[in-house]
Amino acid sequence: MAKKAESTLKNMLLSLTLIAFVASLALALVNNVTKGPIEKVNQEKVANAIKKVLPEGVEYTINADTVSVTTDKGPANVMRYTAVDAEGNTVGKAIESFDNNGFGGKLTAMVGFDAEGNISGYEILGSSETPGLGAKADKWFQKEGKGNVIGKNPANDNLTVSKDGGDVDAITGSTITSRAFCRLVATAYDAFKQEKGEQQ
Amino acid sequence: MKLLNVSGSPHVHSDESTKKIMWRVNLALVPSLIVAIAFFGLNALLISIVSVGSCILFQWLIEKFLLKTESTISDGSAVVTGLLLAFNVPATREMILLVIIAALVAIGIGKMSFGGLGKNPFNPALVGRVFMLISFPVQMTTWPKPGQNLFSMVSQPTTDLTTGPTPLGMFKENGVQAVGDIWGYFVGHIGGSLGEVSALAILIGAIYLLCRRVISWHIPVSFIGTAFIFSGILWLCDKTAFMDPLTTILTGGIMLGACFMATDMVTSPMTKSGQLIFGFGCGLLTIIIRNWGNYPEGVSFAILLMNAVTPLINRWCKPKRFAN
Amino acid sequence: MKAKDIIKNGLIKENPIWVLVLGMCPTLATTTSAINGLCMGLATTFVLMCSNIVISLLKSVVPDKVRIPCFIVVIATFVTIVQMVMQGFIPDLYASLGLFIPLIVVNCIVLGRAEAFASKNNVWHSFLDGLFIGLGFTWALTLLGIVREALGAGSFFGVNFIGGADGMLLFILAPGGFICLGLLMALINHIRRKSNS
Repeated sequence: MAKKAESTLKNMLLSLTLIAFVASLALALVNNVTKGPIEKVNQEKVANAIKKVLPEGVEYTINADTVSVTTDKGPANVMRYTAVDAEGNTVGKAIESFDNNGFGGKLTAMVGFDAEGNISGYEILGSSETPGLGAKADKWFQKEGKGNVIGKNPANDNLTVSKDGGDVDAITGSTITSRAFCRLVATAYDAFKQEKGEQQ
Repeated sequence: MKLLNVSGSPHVHSDESTKKIMWRVNLALVPSLIVAIAFFGLNALLISIVSVGSCILFQWLIEKFLLKTESTISDGSAVVTGLLLAFNVPATREMILLVIIAALVAIGIGKMSFGGLGKNPFNPALVGRVFMLISFPVQMTTWPKPGQNLFSMVSQPTTDLTTGPTPLGMFKENGVQAVGDIWGYFVGHIGGSLGEVSALAILIGAIYLLCRRVISWHIPVSFIGTAFIFSGILWLCDKTAFMDPLTTILTGGIMLGACFMATDMVTSPMTKSGQLIFGFGCGLLTIIIRNWGNYPEGVSFAILLMNAVTPLINRWCKPKRFAN
Repeated sequence: MKAKDIIKNGLIKENPIWVLVLGMCPTLATTTSAINGLCMGLATTFVLMCSNIVISLLKSVVPDKVRIPCFIVVIATFVTIVQMVMQGFIPDLYASLGLFIPLIVVNCIVLGRAEAFASKNNVWHSFLDGLFIGLGFTWALTLLGIVREALGAGSFFGVNFIGGADGMLLFILAPGGFICLGLLMALINHIRRKSNS
């Protein structure tokens, strides 16, 4: 076995520098390989959410812009993705909407509307709701769920929870989350109705 | 053969025994049990029986097969745990079975894993309740409406109860205007867990325990007093955002918690001054959790948190040695 | 030291979870499901194996006074590699474990094995030690994950077996992690003691 290197200043500097150099070299190489896939994955995440909530069966391209909406905490910007078909007609819009007053804080979801403003789908993107209660929001308001909002139009239907006189069945034991979700949909609809926003 | 019994302090000589104390506590819980059965019917009775029965069974099983010690079920502490556990769940039909899991957690994790009665740092019934609250949030917050009395339950036992919210739940969701009438809260005509609905019945039991000197006034008075004063201050600051103090102490589990669960001898401080601090902490935490926490009710969390600091309080409030 | 001893050591005798009680943060945080526990264990095993090999190779050229920074740089490099690869190629897993992958750097097991074993033993033994301590960590995490998932969500590796009923949520939350860990630790040490005597 080789003799152990002495702890002299020269040795310490040399060994640390060398190890750090080799480590950064290795990381740079790996980064080069994984950079592409990571970027692709991140783009796909948003693209998948948009695809999931927009009406099915039509070809479209996405134009993204931001629009200003009013929430309970004052004005805020949300991302809006407008789907346009080959003839230039809008087939639907997906809005990355949020509400600050969920049971566990901020609730974020992608809400999709078809051209007439009927809700075509939604997907919860971020929530800190209680597991087993508010966290059920990801399925509850879908077509198969008990509080189905798909196909409803905020312009005609009263999209508030039934306790407040609306048409949406709240999640059992989670009225607060359900209310937050309804507000989130209202915010999204507000963004849907607006004219052209700031181009991205 | 065991010649000497080594037991923990305080070594006070009296004719009080654990057994006697525990059965007195059980007796004191009877008024609340009667009220629960009167308001919630057959379910309440079944839940209580199942809960007490499974607490005794689990304690017996654990002592016999895991700890291999002599059985201590005759001291009545498992019955107290079982009754308090039943008092802490809503009187719905599915609770009749779910309460068995709660009993296993209360006895197995809350009590026997620390070595049995006298060694547990946390109130076993509350351990069971908090476990249920976190594990089965939907079932634990589905409250049957009171007033469907024993007779209607017997005549139509197959229909499920209609559910109604608790005053605290309504308050959390709808704000101040949801608060109802105080007399109803005092007698117990409200939604809630089995044993917490009637402040009157709880007070009858508590007064019996006070007369029998099983509990002292320090913890209940400082618990309820702190809750009353603290919520009163909040209410005076903003009458639209906070519940008035009288409703605050009459709704939810404050009465039950302060009289029967915070006063548990094993898990509360030994000295009078320590007990006052303990009650103060419970009251303060309860109001904080109710107003700013995620859950509408905070009594069980508050008591468990104060259970955790009981050894510290004991240390701090140690009486001065003579001639020191 | 024989290879057999090292294997037994890592899997049972000095199992990082049940015996050494090291690396509790990822243990409690990632074992909400069996698959998460398994993957976290395997990611840690990979880091442990690689860092043990490299540190064993470097042991004679690294001066004593700067050995800890050197070890950490080596470990952090491998952890970052795991993180980037996982993010790029297994995004679903990264979504549930992502937060805890960087924490492998400060996992006591990795640095502990570097300090206690790899810096004193040859490359072959260090590799074996890293692999089997890692696998010991992995089976412990997987077992914990299986129990917690079964009780908390009523499923086994994602396959539901209780139908529409609810699991006991507490077991997927943090307190359930502590309770399960304690009970399993008691059980496993009981079995170990019995088989020893």
